[in-house]
Amino acid sequence: MKMKKVNWTEYAMLVALIVLIGIFSFTANAFLTRENILNILRQIAIMGICSVGMTMVIITGGIDLSVGSLVGVACVLGASLMAGGMHPVLAVLICLLVGAVIGLINGMLINIIGMFPMIATLATMTILRGVAYLISGGMPIYGLPNGFLFLGQGYMLGIPFPVIIMVLVFIFGYIVLNKTIFGRTVYGIGGNKEASRLSGVSVSKVIYKVYLLQGILGALAGVILLSRINSGQPTAGNSYEMDIITACVLGGTSVAGGEGKIRGVLIGVLFMGVLTNGMVLMDIQDYWQRVVKGLVLILAVALDNFSKKRRNAV
Amino acid sequence: MEKTKPILELKEIKKVYPGVTALNGVSIDFYPGEAHAICGENGAGKSTFIKCITGAIKPTEGRIVFKGEEVTDNSPLKSMDLGISAIYQEFNLIPFLSVAENIFYGNYPTRKGLVDFDKMEKESERILEYLGVDISVKTLVKDLSIGYQQIVEIAKSLVKDVKVLIMDEPSAPLTNNELKYLFEIVKKLKSDGVSIIYISHRLEEVFMLCEKISVLRDGNYVKSMDVADTTEEELIRTMVDRDLGEQYPEVPYKKSDKVLEVKNLTNKYVKDVSFSAYKGEILGFAGLVGAGRTEVMRAIFGADPIKTGEIILENQKIVNRTPKDGIQNGIGLLTEDRKTQGAILGMTIRENITYANLEGFSKGKFFVDQKKEMNDVTEYQKTLNIKTPSVEQKVKNLSGGNQQKVVLAKWLATNCKVLIFDEPTRGIDVGAKQEIYAIMKELVDAGKVVIMISSEMPELMCMSHRIIVMHEGRISGEILKSEATQEKILEMASH
Repeated sequence: MKMKKVNWTEYAMLVALIVLIGIFSFTANAFLTRENILNILRQIAIMGICSVGMTMVIITGGIDLSVGSLVGVACVLGASLMAGGMHPVLAVLICLLVGAVIGLINGMLINIIGMFPMIATLATMTILRGVAYLISGGMPIYGLPNGFLFLGQGYMLGIPFPVIIMVLVFIFGYIVLNKTIFGRTVYGIGGNKEASRLSGVSVSKVIYKVYLLQGILGALAGVILLSRINSGQPTAGNSYEMDIITACVLGGTSVAGGEGKIRGVLIGVLFMGVLTNGMVLMDIQDYWQRVVKGLVLILAVALDNFSKKRRNAV
Repeated sequence: MEKTKPILELKEIKKVYPGVTALNGVSIDFYPGEAHAICGENGAGKSTFIKCITGAIKPTEGRIVFKGEEVTDNSPLKSMDLGISAIYQEFNLIPFLSVAENIFYGNYPTRKGLVDFDKMEKESERILEYLGVDISVKTLVKDLSIGYQQIVEIAKSLVKDVKVLIMDEPSAPLTNNELKYLFEIVKKLKSDGVSIIYISHRLEEVFMLCEKISVLRDGNYVKSMDVADTTEEELIRTMVDRDLGEQYPEVPYKKSDKVLEVKNLTNKYVKDVSFSAYKGEILGFAGLVGAGRTEVMRAIFGADPIKTGEIILENQKIVNRTPKDGIQNGIGLLTEDRKTQGAILGMTIRENITYANLEGFSKGKFFVDQKKEMNDVTEYQKTLNIKTPSVEQKVKNLSGGNQQKVVLAKWLATNCKVLIFDEPTRGIDVGAKQEIYAIMKELVDAGKVVIMISSEMPELMCMSHRIIVMHEGRISGEILKSEATQEKILEMASH
């Protein structure tokens, strides 16, 4: 027998998502068209890919602020390699490898030096953004091979290719977190690090793997973004980490660690995508969009905390 | 001598929790200038009693009378205002504040809306001088030894005019030298008319410091005695007073092959510890808090590093650098503190039980075999009688006894040859205790080695075949069940 457990936030977010879609369908004419829906999905693909890694990081009780800068580094690095004549496949692989190394470095700062994840990745966030500017000389890099553009702009069976990759990443994340031994230890470490160590879990190994995975996914998102905008921009991925963390928290991931569901995070990512898209269609000023996103985060967490309090009071 | 009036009277205090009566009509009077010990086994209701006095919990029935007037709506704030203070084993000090700031914490003297540091420091110096200690009030608390920290804790209670000072196991973390200081201070406070309520497992302290002893047993008030008219043996008899045998299963001793041998184990906490454990044996470890029992086990298991020494398991030398090594070599450690080191409270019963042996529940190299997991976990839930509607329940929703059974099941699922139980029945009710004893019996019947650390004398004496006693990081004695008495063990534990 399988027990379905309903996470209140997840449930409420699903309802909120539907309500939001309803509102935009009436207020923004172009909203509920096939064109626009595919557009939304394409827009969230990059954030969605990163959010799977971020979910795992947050479940272990950590956080990764450096992912936005990593997207930027992968974007300009891929661009400069390909502009220099390297084969796209090789260039992408090198970017993923660099992402993996950066993830390991984050892991080392946490495991070996013992830095708090927030501080460690704050440092790497700043460093990596600097690196992105250094690689590009502060200027956009053009001259990508045409074949590479499929990654970010192509379609498969009528679906944008980045969306397919995102769906695969979500399925991968779901399987890892719910079906594997590794996934179990990710939750366990976030729930109680010392009890996990005393149960024979190699805590630092798990932390390494989680940040490694996050690094690879961040780099993957970076090269997809590169392909979509068709140029290596050193500012690419700027402040993505905030939207990604917001999506995770909206999806019911607890920043205290130990709790979080991939399913919920998918809803959180969709919510953020729909909200952004709808506001753009309604011609809401960018400044106001930021205010609204922040308010939504506060509201979601407040509702969750109140409902928890009420449940505990019974 | 004419009797003075009691300063604090507790009348028919009763505290009922769902399913448990923690206190059943306890009445005790406390007099000024007197140290009054509350004695009893773990679970006798001592801490519930204390919490009723400080207002941390509300008694279901009964009255508290202070200086002849009934205290209504007792709360921690109110009792403090009346002059009732309590110091606990864990201090409530703020490490990065100075001694003076800690002493006046919450009561900062002010001048024109700002903290009057001059006054605070002068007052603090006066209090410390009264207590007879010479520490700078500007020192940060984190830089003080445990003994001095405790004095700061006492000084804190003197800021307000303290009438009743409750000391809950004050001596547990202290060294012998620090103890002498503490005793001096208690004597001084007594001579100034403060009423001391003293709780300690170290009976010799009770006899040195206190005038009166009241005994609680299973939430009931048994009797009060004058220290002058009683002996340690009589006190222990009064505290325990039951047929020790009936609560415990008969575990026949069929000592056979040596399974575990520890040779000259030394690290930061323990010195030169050597012992052996045999197949089918329950080996008990006795000692006072801080004697190093837990530390020995952690070192054997791989949770703490070893400086020198050898561990030999089934004639093979093993090295456990991490708990993972320990488990792979066949050693399991059920830790003392189940909430912080044992269970993962936010995970389900199923996830907790398989957590220490996920490889044993794997499908391929990476995946969890969820079918086997479900089967085995359901089986453990039945055999250990874990009371829950579903194994998908989160462990934090279970009672202490059931949580302990989940942690126990986790170690049973590892199939270890040597299982170390550190205070396995602390804080759980009698029924669950008996079930845990029954499991220990089954384990040794199946040829495993069980090592048990316990501070509960009856449990230790009835369950163990052999008892090793520790004192200050060393083994101070060993005794067979047939020869063991509480007096002998306590004697060995304190020297």
